[in-house]
Amino acid sequence: MSVESKVKDIIADQLEVAVDKLSKETTFEDIDADSLDIVELVMALEEEFDLEISDQEIENINSVGDVVKYIESKV
Amino acid sequence: MIMDLTGKTALVTGASRGIGRATTLSLARAGAAVVINYSSNEAAAEAVKKEIEGFGGSALVVRADVSDYSQCENLIKSAVDHFKRIDILVNNAGITRDNLLARMKTEEWQEVIDTNLNGVYNCCRAILRPLLKQKSGGRIINVASVAGIHGNSGQANYAASKGGVIAFSKTLAKELGSRDITVNAVAPGFIETEMTDVLSDEMKEQVLSRIALGRLGKPQEVAEVILFLASSAGYITGQVISVDGNLSM
Repeated sequence: MSVESKVKDIIADQLEVAVDKLSKETTFEDIDADSLDIVELVMALEEEFDLEISDQEIENINSVGDVVKYIESKV
Repeated sequence: MIMDLTGKTALVTGASRGIGRATTLSLARAGAAVVINYSSNEAAAEAVKKEIEGFGGSALVVRADVSDYSQCENLIKSAVDHFKRIDILVNNAGITRDNLLARMKTEEWQEVIDTNLNGVYNCCRAILRPLLKQKSGGRIINVASVAGIHGNSGQANYAASKGGVIAFSKTLAKELGSRDITVNAVAPGFIETEMTDVLSDEMKEQVLSRIALGRLGKPQEVAEVILFLASSAGYITGQVISVDGNLSM
């Protein structure tokens, strides 16, 4: 499974949105994710990809594409 | 009133004695599987476990010093590994190192802050990941003190730590409300425990004259309030409930 589809699955599961509603351009604002949603998402990503995402890095992540790009640069 | 905690797991810090012990027994009687945390008195912790198993409950004893973050992480991990879930956290572990500020040593200040305030941070911080992951809400009850509301001469360290716990609880209630996790504090007054056993008779007389109910409270009377906050009190969060017999300080 590609990083992109894995990330989309995690986001869909964590934020309770349909996976087919997600594109790389979808921002977290588009899907009404609040700050705690983002924290939960980050926890799930850290667990799935076995990495630690710093607070500073979280600030630069605003869209599904940002997450994919970030994960791809780390794994 | 529904106080059935069957299927829930509760963790109580400082559970071997006093208010922690009474709370642990009450939660277990309500059907919760309980994690009995202690830091020094293993025999007392095992005795609580035995009592719970005696009435058919399930309990796990875990040693951890709550002032140490990694020990708190291990404590939560042991709880989740053993019972497969965690629903209720009662931060009860607390110490006193009473002294007038003019005589207080830095260690006396630091030890009390480390256990009473940092301990609450450590356990809450460590429980968040499994609690949020479960997506089934949760209950956090922090044991503060009337000293944290009114102040108490000779207890600048203790009062500061408990006042901190109250502000922390109110904040966490706001942060976690959207996840159906309630966070409340109870503020016991003078309760018959080892912590108040050390008071002189003269001090006790003086204290009694300030309590409307004219007696010290029993650990069970605090435990009942914690049980309520841990079970049926679904719409109460960010509150401080005094359990002090109407003490004027």
